[in-house]
Amino acid sequence: MSQPTIKEVLLNPIFNNNPIGLQILGICSALAVTSNLQTALVMSAALTLVTGFSNLFISMIRSQIPSSIRMIVQMVIIASLVIVVDQVLKAYAFSLSKQLSVFVGLIITNCIVMGRAEAFAMQNPPVLSFFDGIGNGLGYSAMLIALGIIRELFGAGKLMGYEIIPVINDGGWYQPNGMLLLPPSAFFLIGLFIWAIRSWKTDQVESNAYKMAPQVSNKEAY
Amino acid sequence: MSSQKESTARTLTVALLVCLVCSVFVAGAAIALKPTQVDNRLLDKQRSILAIAGLGDASMSGKQIKELFANTISAKLVDLETGVFSDAYNPIVFDPLKASKDPKLSSVLPASEDIAGIKRQERFTTVYVVEQDGQVQTLILPVRGYGLWSTLHGFIALKGDLNTVVGMGFYQHAETPGLGGEVDNPKWKGQWPGKTLFDENGDLAVAIVKGGVDPKSPQAEHQVDGLAGATLTSKGVDNLLKFWLGQNGFGPFIANLRAGEA
Repeated sequence: MSQPTIKEVLLNPIFNNNPIGLQILGICSALAVTSNLQTALVMSAALTLVTGFSNLFISMIRSQIPSSIRMIVQMVIIASLVIVVDQVLKAYAFSLSKQLSVFVGLIITNCIVMGRAEAFAMQNPPVLSFFDGIGNGLGYSAMLIALGIIRELFGAGKLMGYEIIPVINDGGWYQPNGMLLLPPSAFFLIGLFIWAIRSWKTDQVESNAYKMAPQVSNKEAY
Repeated sequence: MSSQKESTARTLTVALLVCLVCSVFVAGAAIALKPTQVDNRLLDKQRSILAIAGLGDASMSGKQIKELFANTISAKLVDLETGVFSDAYNPIVFDPLKASKDPKLSSVLPASEDIAGIKRQERFTTVYVVEQDGQVQTLILPVRGYGLWSTLHGFIALKGDLNTVVGMGFYQHAETPGLGGEVDNPKWKGQWPGKTLFDENGDLAVAIVKGGVDPKSPQAEHQVDGLAGATLTSKGVDNLLKFWLGQNGFGPFIANLRAGEA
């Protein structure tokens, strides 16, 4: 297997191998924190940093990790990074950290972080792994930011808390779509995004797991 | 080589080293950031007290909040047993939550009376008062109690008549976001101002009603809608208000204050 380049690992996850769009990982937080753009941005930054650095550290000690406890070692490193990020947010962005509440802590269980550590960092050198983590973080961020923009703009008529479309309640003309502020709407939006990406990049479409055999007998049932 | 890497001793060493490095890293970050976090928490508390008392607005900077707080609101210590102001401790540094864990400053609540689920109740607590010409304009009482997952910590602000609610809200809780977490929803909090706590007989009548308040009911002025999908959180808020405004909570203090004897 030839070594991927930094550019490849950094940019591929954004559209070609999007962690949410193709790998369908990290959906939980993508539903929960995207009701406004600001929390989506903070969550994106936090996850990108955690994935990058956990990949870096795990890759640095990858040849030392006994395979029997490798998952636990990965978890310890990831958990430490997440706690530090949480502490930094509490110190410098208190109101945001209150809004994100449990979700920063739940980065620990975000499948993207663990998935990249296990699938990439355990086999590749540190610098490349670091950029792979950042790249996957960016892929996650791209999806979160797109969701955040759509949900906040059409659900509340605002972006980053500033009014863009005047809503009826404040004397404007736009009747906001309240469903967009509820978590399930992100499900529909992610589905639409996946559809859009796969129509554009048709190689992402999976072949059918099985095919229905044609009806050959002349009776419907026996 | 690989068998050496997988040996028990080596596995233990690697595990130990990783844990050691990580714990130093986490502990270092936690200690270095602690002062800023404590400051933030205080600011957040002051901000929520001001918001619940209907003073200031959300766009104010941290410095403005501190200034406004210092100028308008004074903290006072209340003896919950006798229901009068006390000067046993300095109310600015006194921490009622810490006191509730100290056996000398608190007592265990019997389960039958502990409707808010707080287990121990402190003897002294801090209340916040907005005064004008010696008259109480707004009285802000701390309340807390168990919801579904967590203890909700908040305040209820009363007008000078000690009956009409100015605002109610929580500054710390860990209820389910989107369900019980809706106690933070401005729309829900917006129902509180103007409600009255006591009925014409002077009995505590404030309640959270499952479903919705019937506006035609004579009790409507004391009632607030429950949160949809969060029965236990609503129940918790209902209980904690009944507890803190009742005989074990601020009941005697409110009565004394009204009679001018606090």
